[in-house]
Amino acid sequence: MKKPLSISRRTLLKATGAAALGIIPAGTLLVRAAGKPHPKALQAKNWAMVINAKLCPPGCRICQEACHKVHNVPNMPDPKQDVKWIWPESYNSAFPYETHPYTDQANEKRAYPVLCNHCENPSCVRVCPTKATFQRPDGVVMMDYHRCIGCRFCMAACPYGARSFNFKDPRPHIPQLNPAYPTRTPGVVEKCNFCDERLAVGQMPACMEACPAKAILFGDLNDPASPVRQALASNVTLQRKTKLGTRPKVFYIV
Amino acid sequence: MLEHAWNETGPRFKAWLAALLLLIGIGGFCYSIQLGTGLGVTGMSRDVSWGLYIGQFTFFVGVAASAVMVVLPYYLHDVKVFGRITVVGEFLAVTAVIMCILFILVDLGMPSRLLNIMLYPSPGSVLFWDMVVLNGYFFLNLLTGWKVLEAEYTGIKAPDWVKPLIYIAIPWAFSIHTVTAFIYSGIPGRDFWLTALTAPKFLASAFATGPALLILISLALRRFTGFDAGQEAVRRLSIIVTYAMSITVFMILAEFFTAFYSQVPSHMYALKYFFVGLYGGNSFVLISWIFATLCLLALILLLNPKTRGDETWLTVACASTFIALAIEKGISFTVGGFITNPFGRVTEYWPTAVEVGIVVGIWALGAFLLSLFYSLFVTVKRRSERGIA
Repeated sequence: MKKPLSISRRTLLKATGAAALGIIPAGTLLVRAAGKPHPKALQAKNWAMVINAKLCPPGCRICQEACHKVHNVPNMPDPKQDVKWIWPESYNSAFPYETHPYTDQANEKRAYPVLCNHCENPSCVRVCPTKATFQRPDGVVMMDYHRCIGCRFCMAACPYGARSFNFKDPRPHIPQLNPAYPTRTPGVVEKCNFCDERLAVGQMPACMEACPAKAILFGDLNDPASPVRQALASNVTLQRKTKLGTRPKVFYIV
Repeated sequence: MLEHAWNETGPRFKAWLAALLLLIGIGGFCYSIQLGTGLGVTGMSRDVSWGLYIGQFTFFVGVAASAVMVVLPYYLHDVKVFGRITVVGEFLAVTAVIMCILFILVDLGMPSRLLNIMLYPSPGSVLFWDMVVLNGYFFLNLLTGWKVLEAEYTGIKAPDWVKPLIYIAIPWAFSIHTVTAFIYSGIPGRDFWLTALTAPKFLASAFATGPALLILISLALRRFTGFDAGQEAVRRLSIIVTYAMSITVFMILAEFFTAFYSQVPSHMYALKYFFVGLYGGNSFVLISWIFATLCLLALILLLNPKTRGDETWLTVACASTFIALAIEKGISFTVGGFITNPFGRVTEYWPTAVEVGIVVGIWALGAFLLSLFYSLFVTVKRRSERGIA
């Protein structure tokens, strides 16, 4: 019951695609298909992210491009029905009602990357009528695209606008297909997955690896020695909409 | 009893059913377009992710719940005049629940996976509970309505197990609309919905909408079929509409006070958006003022005993009540929660032709079922009153 069939199907599809390209050695494939972790898999008690927005130059979209390429996120023609996992917003938009007209102009222009906050108390998980969105023991809030019925209760429940719905078939709008990651069907919700598929094979999140300014840190919030905890201990940081009690795990150095 | 019901209908009734079938067909065609391309054919977006479908669902849960406004007085307070129309109310409830389920179905991105709600029951989700209470309410009303009517048809007392089910259906009616309200009022970050007043306001407006519709139905039945619910029943229903509508408007005004006296921006945004527009978005301004005007008109006509007692004015008052609350709960309330979006911006929503076509189709299906139910009901009444068992 805990491990739905659809996950293993997804894993299998992914694995088949990767095997076709020879990305993952066949031995690893068998191990993964059998449900055993990859020997290099990164593990944590509570994954979290710190974004040093001071290092984010205006107009930068490198993290978005990297993430969307890896995860087959489409460029939908209608921006109102677009699909996004991570994207830049202005400070005013990322932190609405926590601003005033006289703030630092340089800060106003910075591109604050916003994404799923992988909340410790996620309202999206609470409202999902099929457990298609769920929280893993390591704190990652995940989506099962094969179980989602597309009711969009989670989109209403997410106070961060982090969830996207596939209003139309995304496949024709994927600029460059990555066969190692599944594409989605119309009618399901999707969002950032903290790169669970990369963590599982020992890689850090794609946005973090791509960032030339090293503005993104990723690590275990429960480990005092992790880069995330060190950054939190030595900087003033903000989370989005803390008063709602969701306990977001994406922190911003401003 | 079904065979008599069909044989005794006239050509005018059959033409009416044919017209409704045509509209159902148009709705079905629109739905086939949506199935083919996805919900992209609607006006919904990543910012306004629920629209007309969920609004209509919410509204008809209210209509379904309101059957209790004839059942409760009859069974708990011995208001005998409602005896003739409890079945009318119960069949209205059954039809409304069917419409609700269809509105949910057409809103799903993956309708083929609907049963996942039962395959992976999630008691933490309000939507799961809504499914439970709506299905329960459907069967309670179908069983009790049918058995009571059958008892009248055969002239034999309804079986003993019907009575407890009728009593269970009374609190159950409150539960369906409460749970539906909780879908909205338990979500963080949507300040227009996040108020404990949502459930009570839903119930009050449902108890205005449903009895108003029952009055309109009673008057229509008398005109087209000769079945008379009785002046006293209509008079009592009109008093229920008056109280419920007054309470509804009071609660809406209380929302305005909290928002505008506190001056908390996120509480004012949706209300401003409705009545004066916000950040250039003003799609809802016209219908919001129609809503306000109709509320005022209905209240004036209902509160004045002279107009309330006059059948023509009462019809106007009930139609105004129904349309006003259909605007408020049928679309505005749902969209209001998405104003503003999580980034403090306004994204406009307006239903597309396909969306409207599907909604019209479901309304037509409701009217179709209701017409069949009521023709059956009227036939049974006629035969039992003539003494043919």
